[in-house]
Amino acid sequence: MIYEPSKIAVSVFLLFVAVTLAISFRLGAQAKSSQGYFAAGGGIPWFVNGIAFAGDYLSAASFLGICGMIAFYGYDGFLYSIGYLAGWIVALFVIAEPIRRLGKFTFADALDSKFKSRGIRLSAAVSTLVVSLFYLIPQMVGAGALVKPLLGLPHWAGVSIVGAVVVLIVVTAGMASTTYVQFLKGSLLVLFSGWLTVLILQRGLVVDERYRPGSSTTDALAATQTLRVTADGERIVNGLPQGESKDADFWPVGHISKLPDGKLETGPLGPLEFLSTLQQSEVVLWSSATKAEPDGSTLTTYSQRVVPGAEILRPGNSPTFKGVRSERIQDKLNFLSLMLALFCGTASLPHILIRYYTVKDQAAARKSTVVGIASIGFFYVLTLFLGLGAMTSGAIDVTNSNMAAPLLARSMGELLFAMISAIAFTTVLGTVSGLIVASSGAVAHDLAESIVRTPLTDHEKIRIAKLAAVVVGVLAMALGILFEKMNVNFLVGWAFSVAASANLPSLIMLLFWKGTTRQGITTAILVGMISSLTWILLSEDTFRDIYGLNPADAWVPFSQPGIVTIPLGFATVILVSLLTKERSGES
Amino acid sequence: MPGFDHATKSVDEAASPRRTRLGLQLFCVYLALYVGFVLLNALAPERMAITPFAGVNLAVLYGLGLIVAAFLMALLYEVLCRRIDRQDAGRGGDAK
Repeated sequence: MIYEPSKIAVSVFLLFVAVTLAISFRLGAQAKSSQGYFAAGGGIPWFVNGIAFAGDYLSAASFLGICGMIAFYGYDGFLYSIGYLAGWIVALFVIAEPIRRLGKFTFADALDSKFKSRGIRLSAAVSTLVVSLFYLIPQMVGAGALVKPLLGLPHWAGVSIVGAVVVLIVVTAGMASTTYVQFLKGSLLVLFSGWLTVLILQRGLVVDERYRPGSSTTDALAATQTLRVTADGERIVNGLPQGESKDADFWPVGHISKLPDGKLETGPLGPLEFLSTLQQSEVVLWSSATKAEPDGSTLTTYSQRVVPGAEILRPGNSPTFKGVRSERIQDKLNFLSLMLALFCGTASLPHILIRYYTVKDQAAARKSTVVGIASIGFFYVLTLFLGLGAMTSGAIDVTNSNMAAPLLARSMGELLFAMISAIAFTTVLGTVSGLIVASSGAVAHDLAESIVRTPLTDHEKIRIAKLAAVVVGVLAMALGILFEKMNVNFLVGWAFSVAASANLPSLIMLLFWKGTTRQGITTAILVGMISSLTWILLSEDTFRDIYGLNPADAWVPFSQPGIVTIPLGFATVILVSLLTKERSGES
Repeated sequence: MPGFDHATKSVDEAASPRRTRLGLQLFCVYLALYVGFVLLNALAPERMAITPFAGVNLAVLYGLGLIVAAFLMALLYEVLCRRIDRQDAGRGGDAK
C-alpha cells in the first residue's frame, strides 16, 4: 500500500498544532489595539518578517503543487517557480517602500492615502475579499487532500481541522501570532526541503530492477494500472476493491529505465551533475485515459511510456504549458498571459502587502523583502530537485501528484516523512492565517468604516475583525469541502490573475502618475476584477473542468486573462483619470 | 515580544527619488531578463534544449539563472540603498 497511517506523522502534526496555538495564546495578551491586532504593532524584526514572507507565500500550491507537477511532467512545474519568484522583483523594486510609507493596516490604506475616498476603500476591500477567497479555497482543498491519505480521515475532517486551528490563531492574536506561525513554517519548510535535497543528491540515480538488462523489460513496460469507479462509488483498483487487502491498491511508480553509459546506479551526485545525468537518462512516466462504461462505471487506465531525460527537462510536457510547443497563436498567448500574471500577481496579493505594515519603517520593509527573496528563491531552486527526486524515487502515487513530496520523503525514512507531512499541514496553516488576517482587516478597517461612515474605536474594529475572521474561516471551510475535486493550481492561478488585474494597475499609477484620480482608481479596481473573473468563467478550462461542457464552446480564445485584463486595468485608470481630472481637480 | 501595542516611529518615512530611480532601473534590467526567458520559450522553444554548460540545457540554466539573479539584484539594491541613505543623511548634516 502507498499510504499507511503513520503514528509518528500524527504525533508530529499534533505537536506542530500545539506549538502554533501556544504561540497564539502567548501573544494574544499583547495585541489589544488595532495597531497590535492588524499590524503586530509594527514591531516585527525585519529578518523575522522576511522569513514570515516565505511562510506566507509558499503555500500548498508551491510546496505540493509544484513538486507534484515536476514529478509528473518534468520542467513545466519549474516555470511556476520562476514566475512566482520573479513577482518578488516587482514587490521589492517598485512596491515595498511606498506601501510601507503610505499604508497602515490594509492594502486600501495605501491606495486611499491621497484621496480619502469611500469608493476606493470599498472597491479595494471587495477586491481583497475576492482574491483572498480564491486563494483560500485551494489551501483548504490541499488540507483535505493531505489529511485523507496521511491520517486516514475524510476530506471534510482535514478542512475542518485546519479551519478551526487557523481561526483560533487569528482570533487570539491577529497579525502577531500569524507572523510567528509563518516564521516557524517558513524556516522549517526551507530547512527540511534542503535536507531532503541533500539526501536526494546523496542517493543519486538508480535504474529500477524491473528495467535492468536481463529482466523482462517488455513485460515491465507493458504493465498498466486501472481504477474502476462503479455507479455506486466503489473503487476497484487493479481488479480488487481498494483497501480490501494490502495488495488491493496502486503500486508506487517513478523509475529510471536507463542511465548514461549503461550504468545501473550513479552513487552520490552534485547538483548540476544530477541534472546533467538525468538529462542523458530515460525515465518511465505514466499517462492516463478515462472512459465511461455501459454499466455506469468509469474506467481509468494508467499506462507507462519511456521518456528521454532531455525531453523531461524541456518546457511543454504538461497540459498547462503544452501551448509552448504549439503552433496556435492562442496557445502562445495563453502561456504569455500566465507568465505575465505570475510576474504581476505577487505584488498585488493583499495578504502579502499587509506584511509590510508589521515592520517599523521603509528600510525594514526593504530588508525583509531581500530576506524573503533569498529564502523563497532558495526554496524554488530546491523544488526542481524535489520534483525530479520524486519522479525517480519509485514511491509516488500515479493518481495524486499533490502527494509527490511527502511520498518522496517516505522513501527516505519514516521520520522525514512525518516531518515533511507535518510541515505540509503547517504550510496550509501559515498561508490560510495570513489570508484570514487580510480579509478580516478589509472587513473591519475598510468595509465597516465605509458603511457606517464614522470612524470606529479600536475595540469595535478588533471585535468586527475577529467576527469577520470566524465568518471567513467558516466560509473557507465550506468552500474547501464543496470544491474538493478542483485542481489547486488552477484556483491559485485565478487568484493571481484577479489580483494582478484589479490591484496592480491602480497601485502603480498612483505611485508614478500624478494625474491619477480617485475615480480612476475605483473604476480600474472594479474593471480589472470583473473583467478577469468574467474571462475566467467564460474560458476553455472552466467549461471543461467546472461546467463539464465542451471546451470548444468557450467564449474567450484562451484561458488565462492577464494579457488582456492587466493592460485593461491600466487603460481604465488612465482614461477615467483623464476624463475626471477637471471635475475632481485632483491633479 | 514587547512593543506590539505601540507603533515604533519611523526614521525614514520620506520618499527618496534616488532610491525610487534605482529601483526602477534594476526592475527594468530584471524585466528584460524575464521577458527574454518567456519569449524564448514562446517563440523558439527548441532553443531551450541546447546544452551550453555542464551538461545542463538552456531551459534549466536560464531558469536557475533568473532565480539567482533575483537574489543578487536584491542584495545589490539593498547595498546601494544604504549608500544612498548615508549620502542623503550626510547632505542633511551639511545643510545644518
